[in-house]
Amino acid sequence: MNSCEKKSLQLTACKVRMNVIEGVYHAKSGHPGGSLSAADIYTYLYFRELRVNPEKPQDPDRDRFVLSKGHTCPGLYGVLAEKGYFSREEMKGLRHIGSMLQGHPNMQDTPGVDMSSGSLGQGISAACGMALAAKLDQKDFRVYTLLGDGELEEGQVWEAAMFAGHKKLDNLCVIVDNNGLQIDGPISEVGGPEPIDEKFRAFGFDVQMVDGHDFEALEAAFAHAKAVEGKPSVIIAKTVKGKGVSFMENQVGWHGTAPNAEQYETAMAELKQALAGLEAE
Amino acid sequence: MAEMVKLATRESFGQAVTELAEQYPQVVVLDADLAAATKTGIFKKAYPDRFIDCGIAECNMVGIAAGLATCGKIPFAASFAMFTAGRAFEQVRNSVGYPHLNVKLVGSHAGISVGEDGATHQCCEDLALMRTIPGMVILNPADHYEMKAAVKAAIEYEGPVYLRLGRLAVESFNNGDDYSFEIGKGITLRQGDDITIVATGLMVSETIKAADALAEEGIHARVINIHTVKPLDEEIILKAAKETGKIITVEEHNVIGGLGEAVAAVLSEKCPTPLVRMGVQDVFGYSGPAKDLLKEFGLCAENIAAVTKKALGK
Ligand SMILES: Cc1ncc(C[n+]2csc(CCOP(=O)(O)OP(=O)(O)O)c2C)c(N)n1
Ligand SMILES: [Mg+2]
Repeated sequence: MNSCEKKSLQLTACKVRMNVIEGVYHAKSGHPGGSLSAADIYTYLYFRELRVNPEKPQDPDRDRFVLSKGHTCPGLYGVLAEKGYFSREEMKGLRHIGSMLQGHPNMQDTPGVDMSSGSLGQGISAACGMALAAKLDQKDFRVYTLLGDGELEEGQVWEAAMFAGHKKLDNLCVIVDNNGLQIDGPISEVGGPEPIDEKFRAFGFDVQMVDGHDFEALEAAFAHAKAVEGKPSVIIAKTVKGKGVSFMENQVGWHGTAPNAEQYETAMAELKQALAGLEAE
Repeated sequence: MAEMVKLATRESFGQAVTELAEQYPQVVVLDADLAAATKTGIFKKAYPDRFIDCGIAECNMVGIAAGLATCGKIPFAASFAMFTAGRAFEQVRNSVGYPHLNVKLVGSHAGISVGEDGATHQCCEDLALMRTIPGMVILNPADHYEMKAAVKAAIEYEGPVYLRLGRLAVESFNNGDDYSFEIGKGITLRQGDDITIVATGLMVSETIKAADALAEEGIHARVINIHTVKPLDEEIILKAAKETGKIITVEEHNVIGGLGEAVAAVLSEKCPTPLVRMGVQDVFGYSGPAKDLLKEFGLCAENIAAVTKKALGK
């Protein structure tokens, strides 16, 4: 990745974050924290990794992305808008009656959404089913799924992990948004899903730990995951919940709270400044 | 008339899905370590590459089926009704029902006729659970020929289907040669104007026996087979209500939430009619030979006849 490409990703991620704030502000509800922590991952996936075409959202040969942690769909919608699946204006309709952007992803409503999700623990199973379908039909599409670190407390995640390891789904790449927080506090205090790496290793995964805000590190990790044969991959991405909006960073309270008008202005001003800074570089 | 066969509907299901596999290459079958019991083992033997053993993890199995369906497969995901509809209810609701995916959910060993395994495995709630999911089609075939036709209909229908299978062998009563199955269409098996007995699944053959015995006594009960619990054939039920004035429902399921309540809702809204709901009366089952249990719970021809007479004041 050259510096120009990296900067372009950083700019896009910044716009995705602005879309997140725009969406949850107008919805007066939603989940900014985990949307912002995953904004760089979403951006990397949709602008560097996934073989998808917004003109053909149903292409049977496309790579799939399942947002298992469905509550952070403002981030997914934000990147789909940047990618051109629908207009950025749609963000303002998030969670409103009649909007194509439901509070949790609905594949029937939103172009580019490959699976409905929102009940934690279920998306990874669907992703395994898609990866298996590719194997059965000898197709070369890959399947990516993003999980929260709190989500790992769901038993179904480990049913699916066992399945993926057992069936050697090397076309499956699981990403864990390891922001360290869930709703009621730090994951180490609430549910204790750690150690995450050892668990996935025991279930037969190739395991990598990366900085989830470093595009070069993400590039290396996804390239490695693609090259792994005979087992599924997991990328445990260390992130900061609320990343990019200073007062939201590492704050449990910003998991599922919308900013008020004043906070909205502050957040947008920060992001605009970051954008201008990048553009001026 | 095609020959009479005495087979459990799970066996008929296993045969049907295997026989149809060549014609429908998108069909794949999933099971959760019960292939020998649900009879998906027949398919596994014939098409090992299209059979997916998911291990004892029903919630994940339903999710796998959902993912397969998004890629154009027609997955049949089978386990005991207790686990397909019960354990994995929320997965069925959110990963299959809400996105309206083309998954065929198979609940075997439904009702108390599971027998000796007892209450933990006797699922009398599956129809109730599945009925509450918008867009879910619920099929509960009554004999070998009906099951075979239902499996084909489920494959050809695009959308989620719950297919209920029984453990107990049942004598076929449909004519396999000219039997025609249409999702959502009840079938009148016996004409009669004194009263109507609406039955589903295993209870249909018992109801026919009851009606035939009553006919010898000069009581003419109409018998309606509801193989599709949802969408319910309201027309056939309302017609029967108007023409016979009394209805009895019979199901191997809790009287709460199943066929009886579905019929009650239609009648009370559109044609208030005296109704008796036969079924499991909001209690858990217990261990015992299936046939004896059915008698204990009053789900046999003799008791259906007795309840019918009582409803007629005879
Ligand atoms: C099955 C289920 N239980 C509970 C919830 C409510 N819920 C929504 S988000 C969340 C916490 C998720 O934490 P984490 O997975 O760490 O996500 P992130 O930090 O990335 O937002 C919970 C408990 C849910 N959506 N699904
Ligand atoms: Mg978290």
